[in-house]
Formats: sequence, structure tokens, C-alpha cells
Amino acid sequence: MTLLARLTGGVPARSLWGLGLLLVLLLVAPALLGKYGLSVLILVLYFAFVGQAWNIMMGFAGQLSLGHALYAGVGGYIAAGLFFHYGIGPWAGVFVAVAAAVAAGSIVGYLGFRFSLAGVYFALLTIAFSEFTRIAFDHWGWAGGSGGLFLKVDATSDILNLRGGPLLFYYVILALAAGTFVLCRALLESRLGRYWLAIREDPEAAQAVGVPVLRCKMIAIMISAALTALAGVWNAFYYNNLFPETAFAMGRSIEFTLAPIIGGLGTLFGPIVGAVVLTGLGEIFTDLSEVFHISGLKQIFYGLALLVIVMYRPAGVWPWIADRFGFGEKRR
Amino acid sequence: MSGARLELDGIGKSFRGLRAVHDVSFDVPAGAINALIGPNGAGKTTIFNMIAGVYRPDAGSVRLDGRQISGLRPDLVCDAGVGRTFQIVKPFKGLSVLENVTVGALHRRPALPEARAYAADILMQLGLHDRRHQAAESLTLPDRKRLEVARALATEPKLLLLDEVMAGLRPTEIDVMVTFLQELNRRTGLTILLIEHVMRAVMALASNIVVVSYGEKIAEGTPAEIARHQAVLDVYLGEAEPA
Repeated sequence: MTLLARLTGGVPARSLWGLGLLLVLLLVAPALLGKYGLSVLILVLYFAFVGQAWNIMMGFAGQLSLGHALYAGVGGYIAAGLFFHYGIGPWAGVFVAVAAAVAAGSIVGYLGFRFSLAGVYFALLTIAFSEFTRIAFDHWGWAGGSGGLFLKVDATSDILNLRGGPLLFYYVILALAAGTFVLCRALLESRLGRYWLAIREDPEAAQAVGVPVLRCKMIAIMISAALTALAGVWNAFYYNNLFPETAFAMGRSIEFTLAPIIGGLGTLFGPIVGAVVLTGLGEIFTDLSEVFHISGLKQIFYGLALLVIVMYRPAGVWPWIADRFGFGEKRR
Repeated sequence: MSGARLELDGIGKSFRGLRAVHDVSFDVPAGAINALIGPNGAGKTTIFNMIAGVYRPDAGSVRLDGRQISGLRPDLVCDAGVGRTFQIVKPFKGLSVLENVTVGALHRRPALPEARAYAADILMQLGLHDRRHQAAESLTLPDRKRLEVARALATEPKLLLLDEVMAGLRPTEIDVMVTFLQELNRRTGLTILLIEHVMRAVMALASNIVVVSYGEKIAEGTPAEIARHQAVLDVYLGEAEPA
């Protein structure tokens, strides 16, 4: 069976048409949207992408990480630092960045999984690693210390070095998000993916039917860290600045978790739907807070949105939409 | 699929000084159905967990067809050919019945479509095929017990450990399960060791019975022998007052 047939097997034709239409729309969106619209869509795709990366760990393998900023920060800093100090472009630096994040993920994962830390205890470990990496970067001269690292803002288009305007960054993040969507589908339709779901549901029962639990969890954190590092590299070159206080912030780690939680943990579309809901409404509330001169309205909204979702749609927005309109991902 | 011989050689396990199992030895011949019985807390499940790799025995060894399996991780014990069910059932709740069994089938059939087809076949045999698209958490207890058996069988074991799969079943359901296991054993030669309190099932299935009490083996024999074994009667019915 070809790869394409495997990926699309069991998916209703209308869902495939819908996906194709969505992709076409996203491809032509920059021509239809203004500058502001494009910047919002970029944010949506960014949160959809990191949400998908985080979802592999929590949604698929059931491992709660609240320290994913670690991988984004390490990835971003390394790629930006290599470019800043040695002129090594991100097209090459990204490999070092991803390798470093995977190494970091392996350390956190091995310590947590080898000693069977589960649930909130594992989450605490991920927070701890993210926090002391933040402190280390605060004092690391090469990375600019607490004063931050700044890339020269350069509007000339240079795709390999990720230098250019919003349009370039839009298509890069679109490619990352779309590619990861396909990757997640492929993973879920593989033995590894099913083993993850089994581990999420019951690790002891999974191991009894031959699932190598430690190995599967390690692969999950490594893939998740690698993808999150890509998001970090993209983010560093998009914003051109990096500060330990924000790159490794607890708040950033939590931000990564919101789209998949709100959209629907463990689903393919959850992180995307969640990113649309959060970013879209987040923008509205940012505008409102400017109109009414109330700062922090967005944060309050985020809190409220989480509260409402957890109370009324604990499985997330996407499974609810999917059920209602009958184009759902079926239960596995 | 054929059965493997299980040998327990003087295995023991203590938890923080509490002696749960002490010096238990017995064999289950290839292709046999044997039972492990004893009062609650006798150490039956601990013995199962030592066979299945959940606990490493403090003493002694467990061998499957002559190969030592004690001390291996549970997934490697499964790899060696041991399938087990849990006394307190452990379905993958959020997954469908079919996907539950598919996870087991993936162990020896890495391609998802083949694993799923094999899982569907096993569900058919266990009478769960109609419910294959239901979430496992929506099953009734008897069906969950059946699902446990199906999932373990999907790993194509040579030895099947059944931990109280009859508990909570109605007499007619017990008979169905007994017939299924007999048929399975006859057809495939699968070795089965069951922990069971339902004597109706034990007597119908087991060719040999091992009795444990307070972590030690107190008797072993055919069902007829065990039924009139004085030490067993004492354990189950209480010792007679000394005259």
C-alpha cells in the first residue's frame, strides 16, 4: 500500500476535499488578507504548530509537559546564536538546534520515565528543567545573558537564512503546520502511535501486551522536542529577539498547551481549532482592552476560556464540532 | 500457536519484610490447563506478577520452555510468549473495543491493517464483535473480562495467565467462557494457568490444581485429590477442633 493510501485510508472523501480546500485557501490567503490579517493568521499557524508538537506528548502518549518552552528556547537560541556570532544560517543551524532540543528532551524524558514519574510529578520535572535553563541563559554571555540576543532586522528576502517579510514567515509556518499535521496522522496510523494511545490509557496494561513503554515515551518526547525546537527557531527569526525571561517563561510553556487543550487533546484537528479560537478571540480582546484602556483583558479571557472549556467541553471544542456536524475523527 | 511449559522453581517475594510468597515450585506442562487457587491474600496474584515480569522474584526462577524469564520486563515476558489478564480489569478505556485488541495484535503483526483484522477475528471468537466500535469504558463487567482475554490472546501467547476472569459472570456466562477456553486449548494447544475462585470453572477446566495459603504451596493434585485433601479443607473450611 502506498504511503498516500495509508494516510487517507478510512477518511471520508468529503473530509479530504475539505482539507484540500482549506490548504488552497491558506495558500492564497496572503493575497486576500491585509497586513493585519496576515499577522493574525501567522499567529494561528504558529500556535497550531507548537500545539501539535505538544499534543504528541500529552494527547497521544499521555505525558504532561509544562516545560516545552525549554525546547523552543534552546532551539531558537542556538539557531539565532550561530547566525549572530558566526553567520551560520538557520538552514544549517536548525539541525544543531533540533539536535540540542532532542538531547534536552532525552535527559528530561529519561529522568522522568526511567524512574516512572507520572502525571503532575513528571510535569514538575519539566518545569524545573525549563526554569534552570532559563537561569543558565540569564548568565550565558554567548547567548547575550539577561540582556537578550538581537538579530539584525533585514527586509531583504533571503529564504535560506529566514530573512524576509511576513510573507516568508507565513509560508514557512504554514509548511511546518501542514507537514506536522500529515506527520501526526502517519504516526497515529502506525504501531508506535497505537502504542502511545495504549500507554496514555494504561501503561501497565500496555506493557503486559508487549509495549516497550520506556522506549515509546522516549520517542514521543524526542519527536515533540524536535518539532518544538523548529517552532523556536522560526519564532526567533520572526521576532528577531530573544530574552531568557520570555523564551523560557512558564507562561510560554502554558501558552503551548492551550490550543490542544481547548481544541481537543489527542485529536489531529484539536490544536488547529484551538489555535483559531484562542488567537482569534485573543486578538478581539486585545483590541477591546485598548479601546477600554483595561490592560490584561486578554489574559483574563484566556483564563475564562479555559474554565468554560474544562467545565462544559472537557474533551475540547473539536470533538464537539465534529460530532455535531458528523465529519468527526472516529473514536480509536 | 502452541503451548509452552511453565516451571516455577522455589520463587519467593517479600514486600518490606512481609513475606507474600515463599518457596513456591510447580510445573504446568505444555498444553495443559492448570489452576492456582487459595484464599484471598494467599499470594496468587503475586505469583502471577512474578511470572509476568511485574515483580522480580527475591528467590528462585521462572522458566518458559526451559528459558529463564524471571527478571525480564513485562513487555519482554510478553515477547517470550506469556499473555496475562488483570484481576482488576485494565481496558484502554478511551479506545474502542477493536482498538484495545488491536494494540495486543500489533505485538506480532506490526502492520496496522493486519493487526486490526486479526483482532476482529479474536473478537468474533469471544462474542464481542458486535461491540467492536464501542468505547471499552462503556462495556459491562463481564464484557470487560472477555476483552481482557481477547487482548491477551491477540499477542499470540504460548502461555495464558487468567486472573479471575470468571468473577462477576453469571453461571451461563461462566459455561460459555469455560467452553471457549477448552475449545481454544484443544485447537491451539495453548497452555493456560488460571487463578479462580469459581470452583465450577476450576473443576471443569483444570487437569491439575495448585493450592497456596499464606504464600506457600500447601497442596497440588487433580481436582478429585484436591477436593478431599485435608490441608485444603482446613484452609477453606477452618480446622477441626482438636478432640
